[in-house]
Amino acid sequence: MKLLTHNMLTSKCMKGVSVGYPLGINASDVRVSEVDFNPDFIARMIPKLDWAVLYNAAESIGQLEDLPKDLANNYENDQEFLKKVHHVLLEVDIINGELVCPETGRKFPINNGIPNMLLNEDEV
Amino acid sequence: MSRPEHLAPPEIVEMSERAIELLLLPDDSPCLVLDVGCGSGLSGSVLEDQGHFWVGMDISTAMLDIAVEREVEGDLMLSDMGQGCPFRAGAFDGAISISALQWLCNADKTSHKPVQRLYKFFSTLYACLSRSARAVLQFYPENSDQMELITTQSMKAGFYGGVVVDYPNSTKAKKFFLVLMTGGNVPLPRALGTDEDSHGVTYTAKRERMKQQRGKSLKKGRNWILEKKERRRKQGKEVRPDSKYTGRKRSGRF
Repeated sequence: MKLLTHNMLTSKCMKGVSVGYPLGINASDVRVSEVDFNPDFIARMIPKLDWAVLYNAAESIGQLEDLPKDLANNYENDQEFLKKVHHVLLEVDIINGELVCPETGRKFPINNGIPNMLLNEDEV
Repeated sequence: MSRPEHLAPPEIVEMSERAIELLLLPDDSPCLVLDVGCGSGLSGSVLEDQGHFWVGMDISTAMLDIAVEREVEGDLMLSDMGQGCPFRAGAFDGAISISALQWLCNADKTSHKPVQRLYKFFSTLYACLSRSARAVLQFYPENSDQMELITTQSMKAGFYGGVVVDYPNSTKAKKFFLVLMTGGNVPLPRALGTDEDSHGVTYTAKRERMKQQRGKSLKKGRNWILEKKERRRKQGKEVRPDSKYTGRKRSGRF
């Protein structure tokens, strides 16, 4: 699972959870693979992202490198900055671990890079 | 109508291309698209080819494992669409789904209530789309009741739109696309294989009717031919003698 997906993912579909965001990450296996750099896509995604959540997520799995804590002003033209965001968003892959719901503490396992968000019948 | 189990992958690719076309994503800008029921990522590969990034959800671990083996670029997630789309508000620029929606109409477990699951799916899908984004869902309705069930629940969740039927006159090529829009009621796109300009059918019907009213043409009967020959004979012209063959149709062999 990439951090872009983590930035969008919630556990609000569970019964009794109102926000369910952000999900905590306990990663046991993180892999970095190369993905084609598309500056347009990254620049389009940045306004949609919750920057603080992305920063904390990258920090919690030790892939922060030198990502700034606050968003730069005119990031559209800053290729270096876009490359760093690209790396964190798309190249870092959590292969095994678990996601933790912030409200109920329910754990969602990640196997083979795929988070299991299936809910039991009594949780719907 | 062709059933999903008879489908070859090329047809999935074709349907994905049509779904993306109906999605009307902005030109030349890469988008983030949700693929509901992504399976082994065939529809996602079409999205990749067009330069978009996608997140897929599917309920089958086996299919998702195939997608991982195929090394698709999109991100995958194991999730049941009937339990809702677990995403933040406004996360996606669009959503597609190929041959998945009809599964929501089944009650595979006693706890499954199709109406509730459809509503949960559509309402959470509505929430996770950005403003004026669309969702295009290709599906196989078993009957008209199913189609009504699905459209009613999607409208209840706040969507505008309806079903676009491609090639409605062909049993094999017929395809149903539920086109859902979030921002205001825009006219539905035209379906493929329908030609509204031609009035061929009504025209021929009118002609046939007029022909029957007039009856058979006067100049085609044996009597009219015999009369005409007689007139010519009186004028002193050379006329072939009358026989049993006069005024008969030629045989088909001629």
